[in-house]
This record gives sequence, structure tokens and C-alpha cells, in this order.
Amino acid sequence: MREIQASKVTETVARLCMEANYDLGEDVLDAFKQGLKAEESPAGQDIIKQLMQNAKIAADERVPMCQDTGVAVVFLELGQDVHVVGGSLVDAINQGVKKGYGEGYLRKSMVAHPIGDRKNTGDNTPAVIHTEIVPGDQLKITIAPKGAGSENMSGVKMFPPAVGVEGVKKFVIDWIRAAGSNPCPPIIVGVGIGGTMEKAALIAKKALLRPVGQHHELADVAALETDLLESINKLGIGPQGLGGRVTALWVNVEVYPCHIASLPVAVNINCHASRHKEAVL
Amino acid sequence: MTEKRVTTPLTAETVRSLKAGDRVFITGIIYTGRDAAHKRLTDLLKAGQPLPVDLRGQIIYYVGPAPAKPGQAIGSAGPTTSYRMDPYTPAMLEYGLKGMIGKGMRNREARDAMVKCGAVYFAAVGGAGALIAKTIKKARVVAYEDLGAEAIYEFTVEDFPCIVVNDVYGNDLYEEGVKQYQRA
Repeated sequence: MREIQASKVTETVARLCMEANYDLGEDVLDAFKQGLKAEESPAGQDIIKQLMQNAKIAADERVPMCQDTGVAVVFLELGQDVHVVGGSLVDAINQGVKKGYGEGYLRKSMVAHPIGDRKNTGDNTPAVIHTEIVPGDQLKITIAPKGAGSENMSGVKMFPPAVGVEGVKKFVIDWIRAAGSNPCPPIIVGVGIGGTMEKAALIAKKALLRPVGQHHELADVAALETDLLESINKLGIGPQGLGGRVTALWVNVEVYPCHIASLPVAVNINCHASRHKEAVL
Repeated sequence: MTEKRVTTPLTAETVRSLKAGDRVFITGIIYTGRDAAHKRLTDLLKAGQPLPVDLRGQIIYYVGPAPAKPGQAIGSAGPTTSYRMDPYTPAMLEYGLKGMIGKGMRNREARDAMVKCGAVYFAAVGGAGALIAKTIKKARVVAYEDLGAEAIYEFTVEDFPCIVVNDVYGNDLYEEGVKQYQRA
């Protein structure tokens, strides 16, 4: 068994929370450049330029690119030969979130009881943690802060298999059309197809971790990604919903085997601030 | 795109001069407010009680800013999604609020109230919080400090950039813009 100190987890999570909120990925910055070329609306071009400028200010001045610094969503790939010592893993992560959001001047957006008094927890804890046990003796931590503007525009639908890929496409397009200007377009779209209700939602969120510009390895899934991106960008929603060609920068689809009677589909929308940073301990 | 500079508070004449699609730079005092603050404000209006801040003729910016770092007036401060404030909007406009800044579509009731009461809705660029914060020169909490990021702040802004989405004539830039660019 390889031992990893809980305090090391805390330090790493704190650092990743700050970096994720300050430093927009090169993949998105490249997509802005492509988007600027594709956009025909003058207002849309202006908005993409402002988002590029915003990303530079955030990185240079170490301030969050968006005031909604999100729910701290944490993906763990925990090697089965790892032993976390010196405290609980979950506590270590939440301590890291508290430290990162406090010392990084990030907004605290979590309320303790969703239907109670909705009192803010004051330190952005608890994190939403998804853990996968994998072979090996390493711990991979990915922090993906998620804002509510785009998260609120996400959804899951359980289809009968007969709707097929055409039904899946229609659902995704209708969903993005209805979201319109709300999720801060240009958006990045994560789609999860298959599994069960919660699995579809989880792989839709995981799809958002794959770099913009990188297709799924299965040819038919990659073709669906291309098809969806083209269809979404025909909707005319455009940057900030003010009309234009660039509604989405990219679509990532993930699939998972499912029941003979099921075809679950989840759409998880991300705004341009596709924030995720990872570290391997 | 027409560029206009306006100062707050907004007069009825200024509000009437603004048209959907105008690029507007706002200078003066604006107030912040989002879900929790709107609930408290409209509860007071319903009860016939005075508000903690006089918002007649003023603009409310739907934002929950990030905390200020040392040396900053305020942290990143881009708009939040406006539809969540739609249920409170008719009451706020009847009271005398003249402008709202946010992002995203408003519902029919909110848009009708803008036409009826003579108010305007501006969109700021969602996700450009670090850039927008540069136009906010001073910030102080004026009500509901217990709400943290949801407290009502008074912002002193210079050339705060936004676009008119809904004007007093019933125009809607989201509808018009999308129609212009959609392909069957």
C-alpha cells in the first residue's frame, strides 16, 4: 500500500480550486479564436473578444473569470493500492475547498438545506464528490467548479429505445433551443447516453472534462458530436443569445451500455468558463 | 449599433430614448439584488412597508459578486440569469424601479410590466465578470448584509457596458437577434 497524507490532498484541492477559477484552458482559448472567425454577427464578435479579454485579466491578475465560482465538483480516481493517512479523504477535500475558496477570494455559493432556510455554509463546502476506484497506487484529483447559470439549464430524459439516434438528437437540440440566452452562450455541451438515469447524468458531466476540439474515439459517437454541433449552431442563438452563428463551441458525447428497454439521455451545459484542473498524487 | 451614455438615476425621458439593440455605457450609482434580496423587497412592498434603500428611478444589477481582493473595489461581478427575478419584477416596476441589468430572457409578465411602467432591461456579458469589475469603482453594502454575496450593494460605476434587450416599446433583442441568424 502506498500512503498519501490527507494534508497533501487538502493542499492540492485548494490549489486546484484557485487555478480552475483563474486559468481558462488553452482548448477554450483556441475555440474562441475559431469562433471569432466563424461568427458573422458584429455584436457576437464583440462578445467573444470581451470573453478573451476577460480570460486574460483573470489569468494575469489571479481573479476568478466569473463571479459564480461554482459548486466544487470533484472527480477522484483512487488507486486501489493507495491508503490515505492522517485523516478522512472526504474531510481533506472539504478542507481544501474551504481553503481554496477562502484564500483565493472565490465566491461562496453553497446553501446547507435546499428547502430549509437556505443558509449559506460560508466556505463553499461541501464539495460534490464522485469517486472511482481504479487499479494502481496513485490518486488523481480533478476539480471542476460548476456555475448555476449553465447547470440550471441541464436535464435528463428516459427514452424508449425506438426513438433511436434521431430522437436523441431532437431532444438535445430542443433542449439547447429552450435554454436560449440563459446559460451564457457560447456554450460547451456534454451529452451522456446510456446507463441508468444517474449514470447518464454523470457521464454527461464527465464529457465536459474532455478537451474542446477532441472527439470521442468511437467513429459513430464522434459523428454525432459533429452533427449536434452543426445543428446547434444553426439555431441562431449566438453569443449571449443576441443572435449569431456561434451558440456552442463544442459538443462532447459519452456513451455507456444500457438496459434492453432503456435509452437514457442527459444534457449537461457548460458556459464558456469550462473550468477543470487536475493533479495526480 | 448605436452607442449611448446614460447616468443614473434614470429619467422617464432617458428610458424612452433607449431602444433594443443600443450599446449603453452607464455611469453613476447602481444597486445589486438577486433572489433572496428580491424576496425581502417585494415582501415589504406587499406589506406597504418602506424599502431599506430608495430604488425609485434606479437600476438593479442582478449580480452576486466575488469577494474583493486587497486593492480591488469588488471581485469579479458579471450578471446572473434574470428569469429567476421575473416573479418579483412587476411589483418592483410598479414601485418605480426603472432599469434592470442581467442576462437571459425575461418572461411575458416582466416584459409587459416594462412597457406598462416605463422600464428597461439591459444585458451585460455573462461570464465576463473580471472585465466588468474594472468599471465598478466603489462598492458598499447598503442592506441585507446577512445575505453575503446576495446582499444589496451600492456600486459606483463608470461606463458600465451593456446592451438594451427590452425597451418600453415592447421590443426584444433576443427574439429579433435569433430570428436574424437561425437557419431552418
